[in-house]
Amino acid sequence: MVNDGLSRRGLLAAAAGGFALSVAGLPAAALNVDEARTLVDKLVGDINAVIASGKNESAMIREFERIFARYADVRYISQSALGPAGRAASKSDLAAYTAAFQGYIARKYGKRFREFIGSQIQVTDARPIKSFYEVVSVAKLKGQSPFDVRWHVFDKSGKDLFFNIIIEGVNMLATERAEIGAMLDQAKGSIPALTAALKRAG
Amino acid sequence: MSGFMSSNFRVAPLGLIAAAGLLAGCAQLPEGAEFSDPYEAKNRGVHDTNVEIDRTLFGDGKQKGIIPTFPRPLAKGFINFASNLAAPGDVVNRVLQGKPKPAIETTLRFVINTTVGIGGLFDPATAMGIEKDETDFGETLAVWGSGEGDYIVIPIIGPSTERDAVGFVVDLVLDPLNVLLPRPESSYALVAAAASSAASRQVNADLVESILYESADGYAQARIIYLQNRRYELGEDIYVIDPYEDPYGQ
Repeated sequence: MVNDGLSRRGLLAAAAGGFALSVAGLPAAALNVDEARTLVDKLVGDINAVIASGKNESAMIREFERIFARYADVRYISQSALGPAGRAASKSDLAAYTAAFQGYIARKYGKRFREFIGSQIQVTDARPIKSFYEVVSVAKLKGQSPFDVRWHVFDKSGKDLFFNIIIEGVNMLATERAEIGAMLDQAKGSIPALTAALKRAG
Repeated sequence: MSGFMSSNFRVAPLGLIAAAGLLAGCAQLPEGAEFSDPYEAKNRGVHDTNVEIDRTLFGDGKQKGIIPTFPRPLAKGFINFASNLAAPGDVVNRVLQGKPKPAIETTLRFVINTTVGIGGLFDPATAMGIEKDETDFGETLAVWGSGEGDYIVIPIIGPSTERDAVGFVVDLVLDPLNVLLPRPESSYALVAAAASSAASRQVNADLVESILYESADGYAQARIIYLQNRRYELGEDIYVIDPYEDPYGQ
């Protein structure tokens, strides 16, 4: 079980001609189920602290953005949501887009997590899926059915980070691909215009 | 929801169930597709109308709607009451699905909440550890092996699939309350369902309004969120993105 990720990652690295490993700066050991769980335990602890702090909405959203930047692979999520349009984009446009995306996600999902005020999120399970890990957590709200929140964790960047959140089956990355695609259409394909719209959205 | 247009469908329930099974049985999703939405143009029209109705009734977050905001305890009461009225139908569906455990638990919930919970206005059963387990004939069809079919948007009701729409109609027929109660009383369930829907809309205002009024494409967001959440509820395949097969994430 513990070595599951290692062999898989080894195969992957071999398939990519060692490229993945060299870019990742040769992590000493690949991600395993315990590390994925530890990451989400810490992340959920930070979120619980924010929820319990009783700060006002804008202060909470700032905290959520800090948590998102620390625990999520923002670069992967933002570029995956952008899709093929990112390939032709300039480096500076892409960097500005990624920064705007980070704020947008923090505002949008920060509001969702604010609904968990009065509850605690608890990690209940962790397991490998394909080439990454799923950490299962539950948000229990008083007098309501518990919410199922799943975190998909990988170490593609060389650090253990989450790249997707699934709340009651609803996939953040999939919904953001649809939404960013629609925003890009409205921006007539212009990434700077999309970036400007993202700063106002969420 | 259940109780809607009930009396029209009280006849010939069995024939309808068979037809429903056949209809939903044919509608399999093309393999590998995330969803099937061949009626998108028509669906978008219905969606736009539904959004306008929603805006008029409940407001869009900026402007208020014509329905006043219920105080939380009242909203909870509406939701509990309608949910309790739907319990007998849930039991029938769990039996049809061959799931006796939730059928027994929901029966127990119904007894507790109808008595101790004062006609279902309160939900003491949940506090006792018997949690709500809602189901419908759409889920029964899924258990029986029919595919979800095409995505459709129903006027007033909102996002659905062919399978769920068929289930919705069959539930009206199957609901023991509709079958057993005389006519004026059985239509009270419709009023209760409408009040519960309004209460849920208000309780979840932030989420609903962010989808309908803050998204660049509210139709696409409602579609993906409905389908993914529904598949999760039914224990069907959850859509998973493998980042190592994703060509765009760097």
